Amino acid sequence: MSSYVPAVPPADFPEPPAAFTFVRHVAAVAGAEIRKLRHDPLELLTRAIQPMLWLVVFGQVMARLRGVPTGRLPYLDFMAPGILAQSVLFIAIFYGIATIWERDLGILHKLLVSPATRTALVLGKALSAGVRALSQAVIVYLLTLLMHIHVQFHLANIAGVLLLVIMGSALFSMFSVVMACLVKTRERFMGIGQILTMPLFFASNAIYPLSLMPGWLRTISTINPLSYQVDGLRTLMVTGGTSAFGLRLDFGVLLLGIAVFVALAARLYPRMIT
Amino acid sequence: MTDSANSSHAVLPDVRRRGDGSAPATCAIRTRDLVRRFGSLVAVDGVSIEVQHGEIFGLIGPNGAGKSTMIKILTTLLPPTSGQAWVAGFNVVTQAALVRRRIGYVPQLLSADGALTGYENLLLSAQLYSVPPKECAQRIHEALTMIGLLDAANTQVSHYSGGMVRSLEIAQSTLHHPAVLFADEPTVGLDPVAHRAVWEHIHELRERLGMTILVTTHNMEEADQHCERVAIMHHGRVMIAGSPASLKARVGPTATLDDAFIHFTGDKLEQEGSFRELLRARRTARRLS
Repeated sequence: MSSYVPAVPPADFPEPPAAFTFVRHVAAVAGAEIRKLRHDPLELLTRAIQPMLWLVVFGQVMARLRGVPTGRLPYLDFMAPGILAQSVLFIAIFYGIATIWERDLGILHKLLVSPATRTALVLGKALSAGVRALSQAVIVYLLTLLMHIHVQFHLANIAGVLLLVIMGSALFSMFSVVMACLVKTRERFMGIGQILTMPLFFASNAIYPLSLMPGWLRTISTINPLSYQVDGLRTLMVTGGTSAFGLRLDFGVLLLGIAVFVALAARLYPRMIT
Repeated sequence: MTDSANSSHAVLPDVRRRGDGSAPATCAIRTRDLVRRFGSLVAVDGVSIEVQHGEIFGLIGPNGAGKSTMIKILTTLLPPTSGQAWVAGFNVVTQAALVRRRIGYVPQLLSADGALTGYENLLLSAQLYSVPPKECAQRIHEALTMIGLLDAANTQVSHYSGGMVRSLEIAQSTLHHPAVLFADEPTVGLDPVAHRAVWEHIHELRERLGMTILVTTHNMEEADQHCERVAIMHHGRVMIAGSPASLKARVGPTATLDDAFIHFTGDKLEQEGSFRELLRARRTARRLS
């Protein structure tokens, strides 16, 4: 038995208010994730390719068909916000792979041993996924300029678009983390990610209006959060865009979705390491 | 030692506030009949240990002995199937949040974030452990000085050597001056220089901050050299605990800790020829050199 007595008692610091601590933890996790971005600028470039293909190839051809009833909007104008939402979705839906990766590296263990609440950790990740997705907004705005799509450049509109991009990315990245916590391995997760992306995309108003869909598909699309993100983006981004659901509902659905998936992810997060 | 930690409801005074140099009132770590099952596998099988304040305590045994599972339970990552455990005076299940504020953890894997710099890794830890914003810069500087990484602070960790990463992780896990530091196989895979550096850091932290340190290792020589007390784990059970000297003395006058290990886990080791052979080979090598 040791009779060792510490020479200097470790300094203790006072416990700050819980709300302050929570915000600081969220900011710490989000900040670390965002710092990683500047180490890998190539990633941004590769992310530009998919929206470019959809708008330049698919969009141009479909626009010539004139088969999609988009009201007063030219088809490309109708589609651009949908492609923005889609490119955000396709990145966010694979966000869970980072969680599995962090588990395999032991980074997750260290986060979970820290005094930060699971909710703070998960919310920080969601926020960083949202901020990362802003690059997609920049890419799609640039494409719209090149393709003469009629975009509204009012500050409020742009701010709204960016907010919707952050919210959509946060929502689907947390959905992805929930999936990752359930399937736990990279292989299974990749399979599930592939299965999920296309149905989420096609069962939405991203590239055709709800009115064109058969009843059953329209029902699925109206419970798909992506439809609300697209609806909001279409209202705010392009000239003459109108909302099918109302902006208040668009933001409300996204906020609710984020709350649900952050709560679920926080609950399931510790299961990753058992 | 008094037994005030016996009741799971007892909230004990924060041991770190004790500054009068008097004998500690409770153990830094205490477990009672700790069990953890994974399906039919019993990873931890009725472990009761006590670790005193300021002690360097080694959980030793081969891979699969239950050491890492013990650490996961004590760091609140894994709930025990049954039994109880207290760390720094708090119950690891019912008071997990209080435990987490008072511990540091160096995982078995080299897990500092390679995509961040050394400084950014330290900053993240400081923020997560609620080091006051005003003190962050100073503590990070102190830590970088201790581990000799001031020059590499702004280099991405993916360019660090294994020893540098491990040192960084020790610094990361002690920025908030925890009462208890858990290190899971902290020297595994390191070259001799890095190996020595890790132990220097551990001893320095204990001297400077009065930390209690629990390490796991399957390296008996290392345990003998650095731990004041060890518990020999085998198949999820603690076979015996005590100072390395006392364990060796019970086996024979010239016994090493390897011999003690074989003696106390003896008959069970027969099934694990490879490990025993490894120990023998190591001992032979030492005699020859």
